[in-house]
Amino acid sequence: MIFDLNGLRAAGVTMAMLIAGPVSAAECIAPADPGGGWDFTCREVGRLLTEEGLVEGNVQVTNMPGGVGAVAYANVAGKRADDGDLVVATSTVGITQIAQGKYPGGTDQMRWLGMLGADVGVIAVAKDSDIQTLDDLMARLKEDPTSVVTSGSSGAGGWDHIRLLLLAQEAGIDVIDQIRWVQFDGGSPAVTQMMGGQVGVVSTDLGEIRGFVESGDIRVLAVLADEPISAFPDLPTAKSQGYDVTGYNWRGFYTGGEVSDEDYAAWVDRLKTLYETEAWQETAKASGLEPVWRGGDEFTSYVTEQEQQMAEISRQIGVIQ
Amino acid sequence: MEILSSLWAGFAVAALPINLALIVAGCFAGTLIGALPGLGPVNGVAILIPLTFAFGLNATSSMILLSAVYYGCMYGGRISSILLNIPGDEPAIMTTLDGYPMARKGQAADALAISGIASFIGATLATLGLTLFAPLLAKAAIYFGPADYFALYVMAFATIGGISGTDPRKTLLAALLGLMLGTVGLDPATGVARYTFGSFNLYDGFDPIVALVGLFAISEILFFLEQKAQDRQLIPKGRVFPRMSRVKEGLGASLRGSVIGFIAGILPGAGASLGAVMAYSFEKRLKDKGTFGTGDPRGVAAPEAGNNAASGGALIPMLTLGVPGSGTTAVMLAMLISLNIQPGPLLFERSPDLVWGLVAALYLANFVLLILNLPLIGIFTRVLGLPAWGLMPLVVAISYLGVYAITHAAFDLMVMVGFGILGFVLRKLDFSLVPVVLGLLLGLDMENNLRRALSISGGDFTVLLQSPIALLLYGITAVFLALTLWLSRRDSKAFAAKGGR
Repeated sequence: MIFDLNGLRAAGVTMAMLIAGPVSAAECIAPADPGGGWDFTCREVGRLLTEEGLVEGNVQVTNMPGGVGAVAYANVAGKRADDGDLVVATSTVGITQIAQGKYPGGTDQMRWLGMLGADVGVIAVAKDSDIQTLDDLMARLKEDPTSVVTSGSSGAGGWDHIRLLLLAQEAGIDVIDQIRWVQFDGGSPAVTQMMGGQVGVVSTDLGEIRGFVESGDIRVLAVLADEPISAFPDLPTAKSQGYDVTGYNWRGFYTGGEVSDEDYAAWVDRLKTLYETEAWQETAKASGLEPVWRGGDEFTSYVTEQEQQMAEISRQIGVIQ
Repeated sequence: MEILSSLWAGFAVAALPINLALIVAGCFAGTLIGALPGLGPVNGVAILIPLTFAFGLNATSSMILLSAVYYGCMYGGRISSILLNIPGDEPAIMTTLDGYPMARKGQAADALAISGIASFIGATLATLGLTLFAPLLAKAAIYFGPADYFALYVMAFATIGGISGTDPRKTLLAALLGLMLGTVGLDPATGVARYTFGSFNLYDGFDPIVALVGLFAISEILFFLEQKAQDRQLIPKGRVFPRMSRVKEGLGASLRGSVIGFIAGILPGAGASLGAVMAYSFEKRLKDKGTFGTGDPRGVAAPEAGNNAASGGALIPMLTLGVPGSGTTAVMLAMLISLNIQPGPLLFERSPDLVWGLVAALYLANFVLLILNLPLIGIFTRVLGLPAWGLMPLVVAISYLGVYAITHAAFDLMVMVGFGILGFVLRKLDFSLVPVVLGLLLGLDMENNLRRALSISGGDFTVLLQSPIALLLYGITAVFLALTLWLSRRDSKAFAAKGGR
């Protein structure tokens, strides 16, 4: 009967969690369905905050999918702007959406806590592709922008797409709007479709497809980082090949715009302490993130600047008017 | 023989007391979660993840628990489909078509037993397929491109015309309505908002599970309220124990359904719902003598075997490619990554303990589920003995709770009620609700794949006909439709010859 008791307990805890809600005061909203990057950020950081004793009890993770984060943004701005126990996961993808006017309001609506790490953009082809280098790829696109089909996990105008177009722009291709772009529901579906010969190039985050990099099924033409990254020091950067383009996808948090200075500072502190732990450094690397810290005012001005940059790029490539 | 020794090592892992306990606990919790309308495998698995951290389980044990829950949900989803005509989760929709009519005839116990055994057959065959062919199948699945997926969805929609008993024209209309509702929300290819009327709540469109609970559960309640007090009568409880003779009728259908479901599961863009749809419609085409839709055991066995086989199949692209074939496997994938395990081409080499322990645990979970479910049939059928004043409010409460637990949005409760009213009206007009949900559920994937195919070709529609796989699928669809027309003409001629109208 012990087995049945176990089952009942599991079911009981499940129901209790459904009904009773938060087990501790701290809550993290993941503005996406379970399983994605933002969900991962909330769950991992939440778990480590508890394990490192930085919050009491478990951090409650709430999934609030919708509009690539817009639903959660609207919800926090409208209903929970002063909730000092709440943090919301976001990333460069969220800032791209804000810059393109797809959220209700700009970055000034929220208080920006900090970033804990960044995923790095990669441009990859299948291992049997006859495209050998980034120069090869750009030469082909320059000759005929429709000759290679490109793809990634964002829609047209999303961060994966923009990063690729930045490279094309840097290569002097002036008809970048003719390059074909296919959206898949994630980096690894895009890669498997590339291995099946459906598309020619994938532009996405390294963390999403590192399994394929390790197995040698794909050839990475460039990582969009300033320096070669520690987990894969052999992968060439775009910069080393003469293309001055970087494309990080940082992971961080914001909180409501009316949260008190005290609560705000406490969260920044907590996240900074977490960043410095061995446990985070390991977790970050394991999931393909480069640990990077920016917090408080520094992070806020970084976000503001990125919003402006992103709006500028989006206008240049014709995503917004 | 290498597989056998690996599998043997896997059983050694799965048979550890902690893992055995997790299998039983997971199966039980999964059955329960699956049976509650609104709560499906995605929530079940997502909810249990913090628990695995809290108990400090290692990656293998965590995966075993979550997979047991996943399999358990697939078993559990059918229970409310059969007893209440309310699917517990999306893949269980098809089970309402013949399961509920069986219950209405007092054969609830038979239907539960058939579906339990069909689930067992489907899941076991899929696990066998996973054991023997996983890396091979994964290699084949990557050659399935957007145009091929589109052809697959065309086939699914071409076959649903005949799945429900009502007028085929009404089925078609209902499917179109579902497809139309499926276009609400952000266009994934371009991010343009469609039919959202400026509301961020509509940006992600209608969640199929919310629509499902509204269409089935809430409309059922409305129907119930409409009846006069003296007419209020729940369906008969009937026998409490199933009859073996009825169970045997579903065996062939279970085997056929398993194969179809398994194939749908392996394809990352398809999944359990599509598996159940295809299994049902093929079985109906193959064996129907006018009894499908009125409580035919084969109409219960085929989709149940189909959706269970599909969930087993969906683990293949997840483990070997790191590509989730469904919402549930996406959550499991995220958990694996957070436990520092990289799913993908190297997983079988790097973490054989995890892979083979999991496979062995799946075999065990199937047996546990079968053993757990058959004795419970007596208890489940007693649900029908509950007085209506107790049962119906409970259904409403669970529906609200389930939907809110998924989305945490009061807005979605209104969406649910809206779909409830829509369901009520449609049923009054003698429309089947199943094609509406299928349109909503499969329509977006169908559209996405069409859009992808067209993005690849730069807008040239001939891309749809250039792949041999797609052509094969269109060929099967054409044969299928021709056969249907021929059969219906033959039937009506035979009918006329007998002196009919």
